[in-house]
Amino acid sequence: MKRGTTLLIGTLLLFAAIPPIAGWLNEPFYLDLFRRVMIFAIAAASLNLILGYGGMVSFGHAAYLGVGGYAVGILAHYGIDNGYLQWAVAIGASAVVALAIGSISVRTSGIYFIMITLAFTQMLYYLGVSIEEFGGDDGLRLARRSQFGDLLDLANPTLFYYVVLAILVLVVFAIHRLVNSRFGMVIRAARSNEARTQAIGFSPYPYRLAAFVISGAICGLAGALLANHTSFLTPDFMHWTRSGEIMFMVILGGIATSAGPVLGASVLLLLEDLLSAWTVHWQIILGPFLVLVVLFARKGLAGLLARDERHG
Amino acid sequence: MNAILIVEQALNGLQLGVMLFLMAAGLTLVFGIMNLVNLAHGSLYMVGAYLATHFMQTTGSYALGVLFGLGGTLVVGILVEVIALRTLYERDHLDQVLATFGLILFFNELVAILWGRNAIYSSLPQFLSGHVEILPNLNYSLYRLVIIAVGLLVAGLLWYVVTHTRLGMLIRAGASNRTMVAALGVNIRLLYTLVFGFGAALAGLAGLLAAPIFAVQTGMGELILIQVFVVIVIGGIGSIRGAFAGAVIVGMVDTMGRAFLKPTLATVISPSAADSAGPALASMLIYLLMAVVLAIRPQGLFGSRGG
Repeated sequence: MKRGTTLLIGTLLLFAAIPPIAGWLNEPFYLDLFRRVMIFAIAAASLNLILGYGGMVSFGHAAYLGVGGYAVGILAHYGIDNGYLQWAVAIGASAVVALAIGSISVRTSGIYFIMITLAFTQMLYYLGVSIEEFGGDDGLRLARRSQFGDLLDLANPTLFYYVVLAILVLVVFAIHRLVNSRFGMVIRAARSNEARTQAIGFSPYPYRLAAFVISGAICGLAGALLANHTSFLTPDFMHWTRSGEIMFMVILGGIATSAGPVLGASVLLLLEDLLSAWTVHWQIILGPFLVLVVLFARKGLAGLLARDERHG
Repeated sequence: MNAILIVEQALNGLQLGVMLFLMAAGLTLVFGIMNLVNLAHGSLYMVGAYLATHFMQTTGSYALGVLFGLGGTLVVGILVEVIALRTLYERDHLDQVLATFGLILFFNELVAILWGRNAIYSSLPQFLSGHVEILPNLNYSLYRLVIIAVGLLVAGLLWYVVTHTRLGMLIRAGASNRTMVAALGVNIRLLYTLVFGFGAALAGLAGLLAAPIFAVQTGMGELILIQVFVVIVIGGIGSIRGAFAGAVIVGMVDTMGRAFLKPTLATVISPSAADSAGPALASMLIYLLMAVVLAIRPQGLFGSRGG
């Protein structure tokens, strides 16, 4: 087995072991912290699909967290708390938004792509701020978590934790399969050499757009989970620093690897938690740390820990 | 909706436009020449605003505040370039975005440590406050007129420097082929540092001009930065002319949208619907404009490079 895969499975097993450990230590806080870590790992994995494998540097991934979150929040606001419906709408709405943003931004590349994805996310952010019906700046409370009848009760924190873990495993596996499929080959080929990809008969645009939409839909699911996790929604779900954070998770963990987003989300959020417990001015340490990672640890943790992995 | 109100809002739009231009000029120069995406440009704007306000309050002199604001931002800009950004020129945009994102976190927190998280306010000196009657029945803030004048002056100066001086020639040459410029014996490193410091000082100027109008607080830089991105995407990245056109367009559209969209909508749809749709649409207007421009001209209005 490749070392990257070992690393990934090890981390996922660690996640699985958290609830009993937290129960044993009588620290339910850890359950909360790691559930948050896993939700962001899903978001980071979705970004990794287009950023890592597709070479599309989306600086607006928080948009789909927001769309997914608000889909759940708005349905709940009108008294619809059927979880199947809420999550389906979250995924569908994010896919539609990603299609709209993607159809314009995927036609561009490089710096234009970065700025356009950022600007569209900012647009959605201001939309969230200005609609008073759904709380505007103050946010929207979720009275109940998504309801799945007798099958699953998300009010049970341990059960909700394992649901998030299961989705994470599913997402990581699905993305792994996707990037190693014919479809994945095309988007990876388009990243490394667009002209050659065209020369062998593939038009990269529809493939890239499809990857962009899939990525947005997965991130929308993460948004639905995050809304259930916090039980509270604000436009800050879509704040541009959120997009930056998700992007940093991908880089920190290791771009274009399966383990990367999971590792990156874990390390960044745990580090934030440690630093913020130590000082309120934790960002003054995190900022330069980020700069140093970019300058000196370009391959991320997965690259450092698993040098033999060849992935893309 | 009368003529006076339209003229007043047009002036407000122009004032926002020149402010955006001061920011966009530096950003687009740095991108055009060094191929560097600098998200921390907004932080330099914030640094300028804080330094100017701080020295104005401690020395009691507006001129000294302006001097320290400009000089301080120039020094901070050069330090940032030499310490952190210099190594990023050869990296891809992803690295640049992340590293400068880290710098934003650092600067925002540094400012919070030095001056606290609450906004600080700067006041105008006597000779700049008050209103002047520019048209019958139209009194306009003198300070806003000064901002417009300074902005237009800087734009003219910049145009002169870039097109008519040796430095400008080097800047244009560096933008089109830096290897060649270096091979011809120009100290390209020094040129880069100079251009970066110059861009930083312009951002600082925008910041210190904005200080008496807006609240001076952490995160103020990012609010304007994202609008500046819209400006240079519309104008075409790397083009000073594009930056100017884009800035004025964005300033006008944003100001006019906020002032007139709600009453205009109210004549078409019900007033209560206009009440909620108006502000939402107004704050999204410049992004919609950007989407339209990109759909028609992906390289921006004055851009030469397509990607």
